[in-house]
Amino acid sequence: MTGHDGWEPEAPELVRPYVITKGRGLPDEEHLSLITLVTASAEDTRRPARLSPEEQSLLDLCSAGYLSVAEIAGHTHFPLGVVRILLASLKEGGHIMTRPPVARARPADKEILEEVLNGLRAKFG
Amino acid sequence: MGSAPSLGERDYVRGGATQTAVKILVVGHFAVGKTTLIGSISEIEPLSTEETMTQAAESVDDLKGVQGKTTTTVAMDFGRLTISDRVVLYLFGTPGQQRFVQMWEDMARGALGALVLVDPERLADSFPVIDLIEQYGLDYAIAVNHFDGAPLRDERALREALDLLDDTPVVTCDARDEKSSAAALTTLVRYLLDRTR
Repeated sequence: MTGHDGWEPEAPELVRPYVITKGRGLPDEEHLSLITLVTASAEDTRRPARLSPEEQSLLDLCSAGYLSVAEIAGHTHFPLGVVRILLASLKEGGHIMTRPPVARARPADKEILEEVLNGLRAKFG
Repeated sequence: MGSAPSLGERDYVRGGATQTAVKILVVGHFAVGKTTLIGSISEIEPLSTEETMTQAAESVDDLKGVQGKTTTTVAMDFGRLTISDRVVLYLFGTPGQQRFVQMWEDMARGALGALVLVDPERLADSFPVIDLIEQYGLDYAIAVNHFDGAPLRDERALREALDLLDDTPVVTCDARDEKSSAAALTTLVRYLLDRTR
């Protein structure tokens, strides 16, 4: 954490979403789906940039490991759309790395389903 | 330090760099127990995301002919379960309202399947939910949330009432119970696996 004094939890109600997002539109959802995993990039890949307090907050949140886009929204209490836009901007600046879910065919992949089934059995008997 | 939420190690996805995220939807009408079921098997405290929706107002009898719009906040609760070093499973609780089309597209895209939670005393409330699931082409299993854990008295009547296919699994579960919820989920995943064969 950087020690900067970021937004307070009530910020989402006090600041209009379009101010936080600087009027930017929603990114391509394929790239930042609910379960796309996100983490901060290693320092040296980052382009120098002035981040907004909200962007800095999200970056701090992702700095210790991977979280899904949905979890980032859940922890920050920002609306999902706002989180997506901020993350897209952070990604554009090279600040974060994303790991999209594997594109799937229907019916669902056998291999992944088998792994989920085995995992559930192992965990819950 | 600022007030950005500070998370513990366990809040993060384990071995994220090697992990594939998958999701299963837990759907059902209002207060059927979706969040309870998710909470009973999630390894994190269930989280909630909010999205503001603009929807056409139900009434369009505006004298000026201007169609009214209202905004609604829709919350989705979700949890997480690390399956293995390779796979992390997210469970999304989704309200069964037709009007949140955008959210449904978001939720359904890429989902492995859906567990439909049903209250046997309020079967009719589940019709629109099942319609939506079918509309989005998701495979599903029915979990009858039985709070007293008693066996379902008449599965055939329930199948008829919900107009289910013969091979659609129906299980009873107690959403408050970890093992019971996991068993319902296991039934769904086994069914999804069967569908690939």
